[in-house]
Amino acid sequence: MNAPLHDAAPAASSSSALDDQAARFALLRHPLTRPLAALLVLLVLDAVLVPGFFHIALRDGHLYGSVIDIANRAAPLMLAALGMTLVIATRGIDISVGAVVALSGTVAAMLVNGTPGSPAMPLGAALAAALGVALLCGLWNGALVAGVKLQPIVATLILMTAGRGLAQLLTDGQIVTVYEDSFFYLGSGYLAGLPVSLFVVAAVFALLLFLARRTALGLFIQAVGLNPVAARLAGLRTATLIVFVYAACSLCAGMAGLLITSNIKSADANNAGLLLELDAILAVTLGGTSLAGGRFSLAGSLVGALIIQTLTYTIYSLGVPPEVNMVVKAIVVFVVCISQSGELRALLKRRPA
Amino acid sequence: MNTAVKQPARNLFMNAPWFTSAITVLLLAAMLGVGGAVYPGLLSEQVLFNLLIDNAHLVVLAIGMGFVILSGGIDLSVGAVLALSTMAAAWLLQTAHWPPSVVIVCVLAGGAAFGALMGTIIHLFRLQPFIVTLAGMFLARGLCYLISTDSIAIDQPFFTALSQAQIHLLGGFLSPGAIIALVVLLLAVWLAHFTAFGRAVYAVGGNEASAAMMGLDVGRTRVLAYALSGFCSALAGLLFSVYTLSGYALHGQGMELDAIAAVVIGGMLLTGGYGYIAGALSGVLVLGAIQTLIAFDGTLSSWWTRIVIGALLLVFCVVQRLLSKA
Repeated sequence: MNAPLHDAAPAASSSSALDDQAARFALLRHPLTRPLAALLVLLVLDAVLVPGFFHIALRDGHLYGSVIDIANRAAPLMLAALGMTLVIATRGIDISVGAVVALSGTVAAMLVNGTPGSPAMPLGAALAAALGVALLCGLWNGALVAGVKLQPIVATLILMTAGRGLAQLLTDGQIVTVYEDSFFYLGSGYLAGLPVSLFVVAAVFALLLFLARRTALGLFIQAVGLNPVAARLAGLRTATLIVFVYAACSLCAGMAGLLITSNIKSADANNAGLLLELDAILAVTLGGTSLAGGRFSLAGSLVGALIIQTLTYTIYSLGVPPEVNMVVKAIVVFVVCISQSGELRALLKRRPA
Repeated sequence: MNTAVKQPARNLFMNAPWFTSAITVLLLAAMLGVGGAVYPGLLSEQVLFNLLIDNAHLVVLAIGMGFVILSGGIDLSVGAVLALSTMAAAWLLQTAHWPPSVVIVCVLAGGAAFGALMGTIIHLFRLQPFIVTLAGMFLARGLCYLISTDSIAIDQPFFTALSQAQIHLLGGFLSPGAIIALVVLLLAVWLAHFTAFGRAVYAVGGNEASAAMMGLDVGRTRVLAYALSGFCSALAGLLFSVYTLSGYALHGQGMELDAIAAVVIGGMLLTGGYGYIAGALSGVLVLGAIQTLIAFDGTLSSWWTRIVIGALLLVFCVVQRLLSKA
């Protein structure tokens, strides 16, 4: 809220501030600087403490290594965080992400396998159907937020509760194992030496970035987030826009569900994507997007997701009991949030005087 | 507001907070009535008492959540604090061999302190309650795992005696936990409607700026509301550890959502300042009744519980939304 339209600000200020100091200051103030620095610190820590951390081997034409492993495992979270970024930018929140992950994964697994009643569907149709279900979830959320005007947290709470129940009902709480080999390509296949999941993330990122930067959509989303009333009075179709961001968020979550299901070769309606919404919100916050809406950074959210996964990896590989992971995560959130708040800056400024 | 004067009497009646709360009570009665007609035996006294016995911890949890929501915030950490309390109680009793009275006091004080800390951070740094209590949830769950990753069974005599005790009443029996939950409810109703703190909570939730202009201490009210929620979560944790005779880090998964759902179904508005604390009881009983009905039916899988709760949440939120617009 303190620095609205942060992404656009450096361009405007650099023309007036030509001197060196201001340029350096602008670099420090760049929204990506802090998340990248945090990631760098973690990576340096890993490089020092974990032998052969940056070692990447080529085996069977596939690249193997810790770094690639981290990126691969972070893929579902990166997708969820990308979608969540758009929602948070409009002052919303979507806590149904985990439920949508479970639902889309379950639908895909069941359609690919085929049930006693219906024969197995072709892969493409099954994936499309799963994403269609995710899209429906998003439209539902969007309609509740923009149409019925429920608070976003309440509106998505409904799907969070019912969505997982629906997935569990479909599978009767059982884990559905997938036997269709071509389905595994998405989550554990390789393309040009790299995991396919990374290409999925890259494609989604590129698409969203294009929409946000090369079309007016990004500006509209920021406008709605900064002041919904003013945006509506200025003639923006805020309701359509809000439905769009929730639909995009659920689609991203559905895609994440496909990656997870394909990676573990089964759909687990009880546990797939459990608490993923919290990690996604955390990734978005770490990436420098303000929870108050408006200012958002898609790249920041990707970095945020990588920070979380690297942190998890570091904790595991240092031999620290994994139990500590959550405590560390919690402390990181506290520190990041407090450091983002304008009140802290005011406190710090007052003290030296 | 001029419009309020001109509003027809019917609308004022529709707008009254007790209207949505009354709907819940009617719904509960209807559910039990229909259930009793379809499944004989459902309406026995003990089945109804069991509703309270099995959900005593949730009632206490929802009361704490109610105060936070009335003050315009939200507390996502209640389920995790409940788990941490069961864990701390079990560890202190079984491993450290502290006397039960000291354990109970320490756990309750710890819960209140945890809540107060989150409230302080929310107020001092003007952060969103949602994200701070989310971090609190991570922290509390993480601390559980630091104590132990396994479930700890409690065989301390006082706790086992409490868990087996039956208080006979009107031909049935209640557990001490259910009695405690009812006492807490009475205290909470008194606190909300008959004390300065309660009025301050409603004022802050209704409109923070005007509450501050009236000279109310917004920060103190808010921190106290979160401290109260932390205290209630810890008490709910103690009740739960007596109910299950164990401490486990995975206790209370998703219970924060049950508590929020109960409070919303009980007629409270999530924007704050609207509704009754007593709604926590009717909300929890509706949730419990859904579970009981599904259990009595026997043919519906238990997954239906979540779907029905979701549908109920939807109906209540939409109805409230329409009412507050009218």
